[in-house]
Amino acid sequence: MPLRIGIVGVGYSGFDSMTPGLSTRELMFEAASRAYEDAGIDPRKDVHSFVCCTEDFWEGISITDEYMPDQLGAVLKPLCTISSDGIVGLATACMHIMSGIADVAVVESHCKSSDVLNPDEISSFALDPIYDHHVNADPRFVAGLEMARYLKETGTKRDYCAQVAVKNKKNALLNPRGVHGANLDKRAVLSSKIAASPLTELEVSKTIDASIVFVLASAQKAKKLGNHTVWINGIGWSSDTPWIEDRDMAKAAYAEQSAARAYKMAGVRNPATYFDLAEIDDTYSYKELQSLEALKLAAKGKAGKMLESGAFDIDGRLPVNASGGSLGVGHLLEATGLHRVLEAVLQLRGQAGRLQIPTVKKALVQSWRGIPTATGAVAVLGN
Amino acid sequence: MSQKITSYPGHEITPEDVKEGKYLDVVYKFEPKYSWAAGVAISRFLAELKEGRIIARKCLNCERILVPPRMYCERCFRPTDEWVRIKDTGTINTYSISHVGTDARRLKTPILVAVVDLDGATPGMGILHNLGEVEPSKIKVGMRVRAVWKSSSERQGAITDIRYFKPIGDE
Ligand SMILES: [Zn+2]
Repeated sequence: MPLRIGIVGVGYSGFDSMTPGLSTRELMFEAASRAYEDAGIDPRKDVHSFVCCTEDFWEGISITDEYMPDQLGAVLKPLCTISSDGIVGLATACMHIMSGIADVAVVESHCKSSDVLNPDEISSFALDPIYDHHVNADPRFVAGLEMARYLKETGTKRDYCAQVAVKNKKNALLNPRGVHGANLDKRAVLSSKIAASPLTELEVSKTIDASIVFVLASAQKAKKLGNHTVWINGIGWSSDTPWIEDRDMAKAAYAEQSAARAYKMAGVRNPATYFDLAEIDDTYSYKELQSLEALKLAAKGKAGKMLESGAFDIDGRLPVNASGGSLGVGHLLEATGLHRVLEAVLQLRGQAGRLQIPTVKKALVQSWRGIPTATGAVAVLGN
Repeated sequence: MSQKITSYPGHEITPEDVKEGKYLDVVYKFEPKYSWAAGVAISRFLAELKEGRIIARKCLNCERILVPPRMYCERCFRPTDEWVRIKDTGTINTYSISHVGTDARRLKTPILVAVVDLDGATPGMGILHNLGEVEPSKIKVGMRVRAVWKSSSERQGAITDIRYFKPIGDE
C-alpha cells in the first residue's frame, strides 16, 4: 500500500529578492493565514502538530525554534523545528500523522536571506573546521569540484549545463514567483563571470525571501476537508558522508537513496515513464542533470543530451522545473524543498496559471541542502 | 561510577601548556553579520520610542492590548486591529539582581533586571528592562516604577532610549 497523506492547504508569502517591510515572523503569519484559509481549518483548534524547518545561522538567532509558535498559531501546542530541508519536515509531519499523534499537521519553512549580510561566511563555516576550512575561497568552489567530476565521469558536454540555466530562467518568466526569470541564450550563460570553474554566475541560483506553509491531513481527515487534495504517496531522505574528499562527487548518491525509498513506498517501478512533472534540484545548473540521473529519470550520462533534445522542456515528454526552479525563481535555503512541493501541488491542482501543464497526475519533487552538504529528500505526489 | 576511577587515560593539559604551544589548536573567529528587518509592528514601536512614547497593538477579539506590539494575536490567530499608546509607568512583575557579567566576571555594581507590567497594556504584559536609582535591597515585586528616558536628541529609536525604570514612590 502506498503512503497516503493529504496536502489539504497551501499558503505562501514573499518570493521577492528582499522583503524589508516585513519581519520574518510577519512573513510567516501571512503564509500561514493563507494556508489555513485554503484548508478551511483553525490552527488553534484543528492542528495537532507543527513542524518548522529552519537553521539558526540563517536566522541569526540561536535556538530559533522558540520564535516560531506565535505566527503559526502554535502557542502552547506541539511544535518542533527540523534543522534541514522542508521535505524532511514534510516527512516528519507524515510520521506524526501515521503514528496517530496528529490528524492534521502543519509544515512551514522560510528564507529571509535578505537579513543575512554575509551568507558565504555561514556556508564556509559548514566546512570541517580542521580538515577543510583552510581553503580560503568563496564556498561555491565545492560546487565547482562536483561539477568538474560529474562532467568528466559522465562525459556530459559542458554546454548542456548552461542549457539548464537557459531553460529554467525562461520558464520562470511565466511564473509570478519567478524573481530570476530571463530570456538568455547559452552563450550568455557560458560567458557570464566564472564563479568557481567550471561554474559561471548565471549557473548559480540566487537566494530570495519567502515563507511557505502546508497543511497535511490523514487520508480520512483529508476526505472531510474536501477539495484539491494532493497526496503524498512516498517520501525519502538520506545523508551521505560529510567528507567532500571521500564521497562520490560525480553522482548525487543521497538523491539516489532518497528516491529509491520514496519510489518503493509509492510503488513506482519505472520512474522514467511514471511522472508527468518533476521539480528537482537545480541549485546549480549541473545539479539538475546530476539529479535527473540519480532519480533514474535519465540514464547515467544521458540527462544532458535528453535536455538538449527538449525532453525536459515545459512542453516536453517530462517537464522538469517547469516553474523555473531555483535558477529561475530563486533559492530558498532550507525552504527550497517546500518551494518545489508548492509548484508541484499547484500543477496537480490545476492552479498553475500560465505554467499549467495539461493532465498532471503524478509529480516528483526532490531537494538538496546545498553546499557543502550531501543531504537530500524526495517526495512522490499525486492527485 | 566516576568515583571509582582514580586515574583517567591520557594526561592533563594545563593552561600553561597551551600558552607554550605544546599542543596544536585551530582558532577561527566566526563572524556572521545580519541586518534583521524589524517588521511593521516593531518598526512602529521603535519610531514611537524615539518620540518618548510606548505603543501597543490591540486585538478586538480577545481585547488584549499586546506589548511588544505584533500584527497578529498569537492566541486568536488573527491580525491585530488597533495601535494603542500605553503609559511609561508600570509595576514590577519580577526581578533579578545579576552579579555576573556576560564575560562571566563578578560585577562590582550588580545589574538590576526586571519585567515591568506596563500601565495600559493587558495585565501581565510588559517590558524587560533595567532598574535604576534604587537600592537593590529595596526592590520588590509589585513596586511601582516609571521609565527614565534619554533626552530627545540622544534617542535613536531603540529599546535603550529608555535608560531604565525607577521607583515612582516619592513623586
Ligand atoms: Zn486575540
